[in-house]
Amino acid sequence: MKGLRNYLDKIKPSFEKGGKLEKFGSTFEAFETFLFVPDKTTKTGAHIRDANDSKRAMSVVVFALIPALLFGMWNVGYFHFAATGLEGGFIDYFWHGFLKVMPIVIVSYVSGLAVEFIFAQIRGHEVNEGFLVSGMLIPLIVPVDVPLWMVAVATVFAVIIGKEVFGGTGMNILNPALTARAFLFFAYPSKMSGDKIWISDFETSERLVDGFSGATPLAEAASATSPEMLDAMHQHYSVADMFFGFVPGSIGETSTLAILIGAGILLFTGIGNWKIMLSVFVGGITMGGLLNIFATDTNLYMSLPAYEHLLLGGFAFGAVFMATDPVTATQTETGKWLYGFLIGFIAILVRVLNPAYPEGVMLAILLLNVFAPLIDFYIVKGNIRRRLQRAKIKA
Amino acid sequence: MSLFSSKDLKLLTNPLNMNNPITIQVLGICSALAVTVKLEPAVVMSVSVLFVLALANVIISLLRNTIPTRIRIIVQLVVIASLVIVVDQVLKAFVYDVSKQLSVFVGLIITNCIIMGRLEAFALGNKPWPAFLDGVGNAAGYGVILIVVAFFRELLGSGTIWGFQVIPEGFYEMGYANNGLMILPPMALIVVGIIIWIQRARSRDLIES
Repeated sequence: MKGLRNYLDKIKPSFEKGGKLEKFGSTFEAFETFLFVPDKTTKTGAHIRDANDSKRAMSVVVFALIPALLFGMWNVGYFHFAATGLEGGFIDYFWHGFLKVMPIVIVSYVSGLAVEFIFAQIRGHEVNEGFLVSGMLIPLIVPVDVPLWMVAVATVFAVIIGKEVFGGTGMNILNPALTARAFLFFAYPSKMSGDKIWISDFETSERLVDGFSGATPLAEAASATSPEMLDAMHQHYSVADMFFGFVPGSIGETSTLAILIGAGILLFTGIGNWKIMLSVFVGGITMGGLLNIFATDTNLYMSLPAYEHLLLGGFAFGAVFMATDPVTATQTETGKWLYGFLIGFIAILVRVLNPAYPEGVMLAILLLNVFAPLIDFYIVKGNIRRRLQRAKIKA
Repeated sequence: MSLFSSKDLKLLTNPLNMNNPITIQVLGICSALAVTVKLEPAVVMSVSVLFVLALANVIISLLRNTIPTRIRIIVQLVVIASLVIVVDQVLKAFVYDVSKQLSVFVGLIITNCIIMGRLEAFALGNKPWPAFLDGVGNAAGYGVILIVVAFFRELLGSGTIWGFQVIPEGFYEMGYANNGLMILPPMALIVVGIIIWIQRARSRDLIES
């Protein structure tokens, strides 16, 4: 550590104003503050000071994502071996998944950070730390078999159109990671939905176990036309499977348990907002319950128990890691309840009642991202009005 | 005596860049999103608008002293609508396929804000020759954006240019896929947005303080 610090101090002058590598000052600054907490202090005016800067907050989120990432790797290997009928142990599963998932992580980080660094150089500002989290989120919300070049294109698109055009980290309206996923979903639908993409090498594999469908529980429930088919889904995947994550799906979204560990880390450190997380789940279960009440024979999906909706698909992942993004969520405390509730509510609504979209969490969060400033606006206006009324009565 | 005075030339070239109807005035966006999936309909649309706008400008300019102010919009609409019907019939007669693709959007040239805007803002107060140049310039400015947007949307969305495949088959075998988002209207908006971004980055005086 000491040696690293000394080395940084030694090369620092050449990056400062007037140094020969002045152009790359923002790059140097990014690495330095990533490695060490900066010692800069504000010189004028009164400010609230906190040892926790945004780079540290981002690192905690990345740390909280690790359980989901590791479990995702294991899950990828597990389903690969199950589908091809090969024998394998824990290490084999994990190693296979590691080899499949790591390239996606690397591509996501390299392409996204490249764009961030280029923009920082052109615009002459510091490199934004926001991508540390987005770069980890993107691999976790895509299917394992997605081609790497698509990940790169989607990441570049998300960073430029989702973030940089609005002015970089902290200014974006939409969550960049979800922008990347939405881009992939609409641009390359055949690689982002269906039965064949959730298990690695499913399409190219020659020997497949008979009757192994590769469909996610959500897809099976959505296509159920008789109560028996819904039962068949429950035979394939029990509620415990859904909770622990023994279901096919996007890499990091399968295990509700791993996500809850991450949620615990976020809540313990105070970085994630518990109001948003809780209200997303409440919204989801409300809509699920309503659908249960009005379930008809023509749409059996509506009769899927409400609590299962919370375990399936990207619901928990979206609630914990996506909806709580402090930049794109509502800022007012009351707004957070409404924002979260509507995300959960709309996610299940889209999931069940719109056959074009097997999963609605992504769309619900993006929609509420857009509405977040409006929600804040009316809540602030309401506060002002109430205060004015109080003032009038006293006068 | 030259045909174009410098003032006339400005009428022609200004709408191409510094006063572009789409990127600066943000008019005619609706058709720009709708007809730019392929290059061919975009070009046909541009030519149609060029014809309608240039002639309508001249006609309104000729009539400008006789049109009663209170009913000028109606007169303008009659002129535009007649010209659009001519265009529609010509397209149906000679390029039926494209006419089918453009469907209602040929008829909707009548409501294209660029045309009404130029008639109101320019033709009603200027002589026929400048009005003609203004019409040609604005329609060209509209057409240029349409064609650029359509070029990228067709290339990336369908892998073709003017219906001919330009992305080699080998690319697809290697795993390349057409971008389905490019075919959807939101991407046209994003492409127009990128053009506006580039234009403003190049000419700084367009940026509002």
